Amino acid sequence: MSGVRDSLSQRGGGAAASVPAISVQNVSVNYGEVRALENVSFTLAEGRVCGLIGMNGSGKSTLFKAITGMLRPDHGTVTINSGTPALARKAGVVGYVPQSEEVDWAFPISVRDVVMMGRYGHMGFSRRPKAADRAAVDEALERVELTALADRQIGQLSGGQKKRAFVARGIAQGATILLLDEPFAGVDKRSEATITTLLRELAAEGATVLVSTHDLNALPRLADEAILLMRTVLLQSTPAEVLKPVNLARAFGLDVSAGGFE
Amino acid sequence: MNPLDFLLEPLGYDFMLRALATSVMAAIVCAVLSCWLVLIGWSLMGDAVSHAVLPGVVLAYVVGAPFALGAIIFGFLAVGLIGVIRNTSRIKEDAAIGIVFTTLFALGLVLISVTPSQTDLNHIIFGNLLGVSWADLMQVIILGAITLGVLLVKRRDFTLYAFDATHAHAIGLNPKVLGAALLGLLALTAVVALQAVGVVLVVALLIIPGATAYLLTDRFSRMLVIAPVMSALAAVTGLYLSYYLDTASGGMIVLVEGCVFALVYLFSPSQGVIGKRLGAQKRRRMLAAQ
Repeated sequence: MSGVRDSLSQRGGGAAASVPAISVQNVSVNYGEVRALENVSFTLAEGRVCGLIGMNGSGKSTLFKAITGMLRPDHGTVTINSGTPALARKAGVVGYVPQSEEVDWAFPISVRDVVMMGRYGHMGFSRRPKAADRAAVDEALERVELTALADRQIGQLSGGQKKRAFVARGIAQGATILLLDEPFAGVDKRSEATITTLLRELAAEGATVLVSTHDLNALPRLADEAILLMRTVLLQSTPAEVLKPVNLARAFGLDVSAGGFE
Repeated sequence: MNPLDFLLEPLGYDFMLRALATSVMAAIVCAVLSCWLVLIGWSLMGDAVSHAVLPGVVLAYVVGAPFALGAIIFGFLAVGLIGVIRNTSRIKEDAAIGIVFTTLFALGLVLISVTPSQTDLNHIIFGNLLGVSWADLMQVIILGAITLGVLLVKRRDFTLYAFDATHAHAIGLNPKVLGAALLGLLALTAVVALQAVGVVLVVALLIIPGATAYLLTDRFSRMLVIAPVMSALAAVTGLYLSYYLDTASGGMIVLVEGCVFALVYLFSPSQGVIGKRLGAQKRRRMLAAQ
């Protein structure tokens, strides 16, 4: 287990504190006529957990795609550890936990195989795993408490276990930037608490975690700060500030005090 | 006739030996590729590319270039056109696929009709297993070996691409290159299988083995063994049946593949419609016996 921690703290802790882990400047993304993101700017310091709050269609998934570079912004720039996203990807710094709907859960692949995919960037041409890769995978599985289920087909896990498997992939990868798209959707409260604890630990070891969530009640326990997104950044502040009804109302466009934001 | 004679008699003919070698090679290459195609959801794409290579093969024949070259050019042309139509109009992908591959296939038919030495090229459409020459067989073996080699060496990357292209991108791989490589291999495979069963039935070899294996296991690495073994056995069985029943060899091979799929669909222990129930009954009986 210490190996993972060491690699995390080396990569995360080595950079000067003044350099943001993620910096998004004036990013705009259009899908044809539709403007998905407009002039989005924010920075995230390393070792922080940041909640991304916004209603469906507010551009959260698009923002993730812009940060991973899966999608090229029409405007603006993204920098990761003061380099380009492409450099960060090559360095294996970026870990991504997809939304449940994006994954084919019937795919004939075991939990261990999924986690092993985190190691591919460290492997040679034919991605043949070496002892170090197997050890990293074992450690990551141990860390998310999925060792006993490692040989199950990925779809046979519960909602929370599935998410932990993908977090383990990021840990095995040695990612210092973790992006999680709706990791708590369809996940029971206990698993949510387990994942929250895990993300806090990873952040304490130097990882920067950006996580989109609808669970506003759990936000203060999860995140150091939060971003309210509505195609653009409405507010970036502490969870307490972001959760003030007057601010939520701006992001969700309705009367929050009536409890209508769900 | 004793069983050994039954098996050995067809092998006394050179043309049967070549037919067996060609069909087994084609069956194996197609089956390995089919494991990825059925998981990515590219079955229709396999259909499209295998048809769309026809004009490329005919043109290559006319100018004396390797068939594989023409096939790859037209394979990519087809995929490109499908993408353009899908992305720049309101037409959905399935319609775009249908439009592009039938048009290119038709172009191939027209080119054949104006090209001298028609008999040769008509074989591309329906296959001519029993008329495969040593030169054809060599081409099948070389192209098949190249395709298999690339697929097996890069299998983990292709599986990652099929399972989670976003992660592939996030760790610095290029999903577009991986996708294009698979499509290129698909075009090469189409050329390999053209010799065996013809354009029309290649699709069967490109879909059925992977789909069958998928119903039998939860491990991709096992699919990569089950699919080619099943497909090679089906090819041999089909060929023997066509020899003794005097039926079309390409058609017979695909018919056997289809029957194997039907059996697995019904009786697969984990996924089969009947097999699952039988397994559940057996477990209940064992519990009751305790």
